[in-house]
Amino acid sequence: MSGESTYNPQSGFTKWLDTRLPILRLAHDSFVDYPTPKNLNYWWTFGGILTFCLITQIVTGIILAMHYTPHIDFAFASVEHIMRDVNYGWLIRYIHANGASMFFLAVYIHIFRGLYYGSYKAPREVLWILGVIIYILMMAAAFMGYVLPWGQMSLWGATVITNLFGAIPLVGESVAIWLWGGFSVDNATLNRFFSLHYLVPFLILGVVVLHIWALHVPGNNNPAGISVQTKKDTLPFHPYYTVKDAFGLSIFLILFSYFIFFEPNVLGHADNYIPANPLVTPAHIVPEWYLLPFYAILRAVPDKLGGVVLMFGAIFVMFLLPWLDTSKVRSGRYRPLFKQFYILFIINCLFLGYLGAQPAEGSYVIMARIATVYYFAHFLVILPILGVVEKPKNVPQSISDSVLGDVAQPNVQAAE
Amino acid sequence: MSSAPETENDPNRRDFLFLATGAFAAVGAASIVWPLIDQMNPDASVKALASIEVDLDGVDVGQSITVMWRGKPVFIRRRTDGEIATARNDDNANLIDPQNDVERVQKDEWLIMVGICTHLGCVPLGQAGDFNGWFCPCHGSHYDTSGRIRKGPAPKNLEIPPYNFVNDTRIKVG
Repeated sequence: MSGESTYNPQSGFTKWLDTRLPILRLAHDSFVDYPTPKNLNYWWTFGGILTFCLITQIVTGIILAMHYTPHIDFAFASVEHIMRDVNYGWLIRYIHANGASMFFLAVYIHIFRGLYYGSYKAPREVLWILGVIIYILMMAAAFMGYVLPWGQMSLWGATVITNLFGAIPLVGESVAIWLWGGFSVDNATLNRFFSLHYLVPFLILGVVVLHIWALHVPGNNNPAGISVQTKKDTLPFHPYYTVKDAFGLSIFLILFSYFIFFEPNVLGHADNYIPANPLVTPAHIVPEWYLLPFYAILRAVPDKLGGVVLMFGAIFVMFLLPWLDTSKVRSGRYRPLFKQFYILFIINCLFLGYLGAQPAEGSYVIMARIATVYYFAHFLVILPILGVVEKPKNVPQSISDSVLGDVAQPNVQAAE
Repeated sequence: MSSAPETENDPNRRDFLFLATGAFAAVGAASIVWPLIDQMNPDASVKALASIEVDLDGVDVGQSITVMWRGKPVFIRRRTDGEIATARNDDNANLIDPQNDVERVQKDEWLIMVGICTHLGCVPLGQAGDFNGWFCPCHGSHYDTSGRIRKGPAPKNLEIPPYNFVNDTRIKVG
């Protein structure tokens, strides 16, 4: 919230700095005395967890780049060198590889939190759009990072994805050759993917700053979905939410550590430990788990261009979400019908993920088509209509009422 | 200022200078952006490897070899009479990308194609699939004994690279 600043520099140096570069004031107003709705639940700790994930990926990535060689003759061996020779190289690589999966796990929870509590609705449309941009950049970074070890899945995953651009009418083939720097995915491709893989996280960092800026103008949404009205509705960010975020992060780190130390390869694909071979395609090409739903949509369509358009459309439809959901009530808590369709939507997304991992044949293709249609129907048909036909429950007057109401209810009954 | 009042919409000297400066800057920016974009296209060393010669001696009827050309596999198959007959028969079948078998070969026996599925670039498996030609395991495209797409998501027949017979048992691809 853009209220009065409460920063009060104490020492001579901080007073001196405050009149020259008020960076400590900005930090104080943003992360210490920032007024935060007092009813945030644990689903709201994923913003902090995601920041942690981004920093982890950047730090481990910079270290890996010190030992990695972006050349088709050396890339695979240099990754093995990291695993076997570099001090703690195995640990740093496993953190980075599993960190990508953890990053996506957290971002999916963060996105579905926003979907349930209507965090994309006015006045937070720009905040939401910036989030979708971050998500797209994350997918680009993850895809290019997966190519770098130059195993079989690296090469063939890159081949399938870059060939998507070949579906563009007229210029498709030139675009693909331009992306490859050759006539197939080869050394030039690997080299540029390394360069871009190093760049994208810093782009993400930049958009994250805008995302937090856009968050701090209207302030946090909250489980009740009603706006902050008085100071009684808020708590200072520190220590209340710094501690809550730290606790959420600790639980998250237990899961993260489990994968790093006990199942470091379970989320990857065994074929990526075979060096890339342009003459042999693996029998079954699958992307990482976090891209499977989109892969299922791509393969559901029997037409190349159509499949590509729908796959990208599945992401781009989220840009329109703030205007597709016509309901005036933000939080799903007060929307009985929406709640049911929301659960169906989650099941459908998981089902698409399952289908993305199956071979593209027979009944799997039919089911993928039905699930694809439902995915788009949720955004383009169900949400616009729900807002008109649904009768929402009574929304509390204020955040304070919504919190105290839960407690007050039994007391009223006890008095009767 | 003492100049006479001008109406807002009147184009004057200043508007002209703004437009001219803007246009000049735009052309200048575009001319410096182009090298930054074009550097990503195939470089001279990649283009230099763009053609190869292949010896076909020792490939018997019913055998195939795979050679690398521009980083891609090229299938060279010496077809059996049965395969040629099937391919010719299917010229009038319901083809997704209609093309006669004779247009796809220089010598009936030798079918020479880029071994890249026209869907998303995987390498199809030989003598497999519903039409006993090639089958792409990635997304299930079926090609016939002429390398034509018959079923599945691929939009086009397997590509025929530019090639010519140097002599009876030697070809140059590219």
